[in-house]
Amino acid sequence: MQNLRYEAPETLADATALLAAEDGMARVLAGGTDVIVQMHSDLIEPDLIVDVKNIPELTEIAKEGGAYRFGAAVSGKTLMLHEDFNKTWPGVMDGVRLIGSLQIRGRASVGGNLCNASPAADSVPPMIAAGAVASVIGPNGARDIPVEDIVTGPGQTCLDKSEIVVSFLLPERPPRSGDAYLRFTPRTEMDIAVVGAGVNLTLDDDGACTAARVALAAVAPTPLLVAEAADALIGTKVDETALEALAAAASAACNPIDDKRGTVEYRIKVAGVLARRAAAIALERAGKNQ
Amino acid sequence: MTKHHIQTTLNGDEIDVLVEPAQSLLDVLRDELHMTGTKEGCATGDCGACSVTIDGNLVCSCLVLGVEVGGRNIETIEGMANGDQLHPLQDKFIEHVALQCGICTPGLLIAAKHLLEENPDPTEEEVRYGLAGNLCRCTGYQKVVEAVLDAAQVMQK
Repeated sequence: MQNLRYEAPETLADATALLAAEDGMARVLAGGTDVIVQMHSDLIEPDLIVDVKNIPELTEIAKEGGAYRFGAAVSGKTLMLHEDFNKTWPGVMDGVRLIGSLQIRGRASVGGNLCNASPAADSVPPMIAAGAVASVIGPNGARDIPVEDIVTGPGQTCLDKSEIVVSFLLPERPPRSGDAYLRFTPRTEMDIAVVGAGVNLTLDDDGACTAARVALAAVAPTPLLVAEAADALIGTKVDETALEALAAAASAACNPIDDKRGTVEYRIKVAGVLARRAAAIALERAGKNQ
Repeated sequence: MTKHHIQTTLNGDEIDVLVEPAQSLLDVLRDELHMTGTKEGCATGDCGACSVTIDGNLVCSCLVLGVEVGGRNIETIEGMANGDQLHPLQDKFIEHVALQCGICTPGLLIAAKHLLEENPDPTEEEVRYGLAGNLCRCTGYQKVVEAVLDAAQVMQK
């Protein structure tokens, strides 16, 4: 890092121009809880760091009609202090609250958690379940990408080197909607998911599920959106039979690895159990959210 | 490497410092400003020994770049006591013997102070979760938790 340059542009145009003009390795800096660790452990040796926290679009939380838009560099702590967002998207916040420690959440952002592209990122499955769409900008213009399409492999995203995730749009919540995220770790704090499961669902007036999305973490090279698991809930009253079908579909979607955190068999089994428990919490939250 | 001129507030004093882009705030504090109260444990954000606050926000200084902190208000362990007058948390850490080797202590004190500012009357569970980002290999945490709970009572009087 002998020639490392640090830039903190104040506009999106300046940020993308800096990234586009860099021939060497460039990294976007939001909270830095992954990038700075990688720099200091010599995993990466960037030539340019573009700090995006002075760009308003990346640090705002705002309502757009009934939908929420929040900047990709908003810290977990800032989201935790936003009362209405916590009430509207408790499942997204389940994931955010599980990222690192208080110290880490004081810096770490959902945008960084996504772009670091770990299969075990805790905020990503509930964002996928929420139907969040990332607003991405580059030198050739803006594009909207569903969160589930961003990560293409461990540490890999579909973004071009001069593109930045600016913000996330979370759709307006219909009444009787609820979401939840659960992860399994041996410790209660400061650990990385063995398995994570996020569920988001909406009920009609009779308590039947009209819409659902289910996403899993740490059971495949990327976070997974599992349509079959959602289908097991839609049209049901999220009863015992539906929850069993959900668990089976979640387990069937897994393509995990053996590592020090868990075996293939264990992860497949736990994915079903967690998906089912997360669905039960989402159901309870939907019932309270008239 | 081009150095950046940073003007910022450290424990209430306005300071100027030249920093390299790759230097962490922790290295700037210790190596440039010779404020060695803030400790390096893991340098990867896992242990909390380097905890400081920036504009009241608790962070690991190993995961902040020095170039990021211009115009901010940084608080470190050196700013905790008022001259010879220890902060109640410092008093209670001594009284409860909530330290042995002392490496984690500055970070724990900063995190505990931040915790009590946000939640002046925490439960034991809230203290344990609030300090979950600070590792201690000596005390087993029990004495730390007792000291923080005791300090909370004193500070509310």
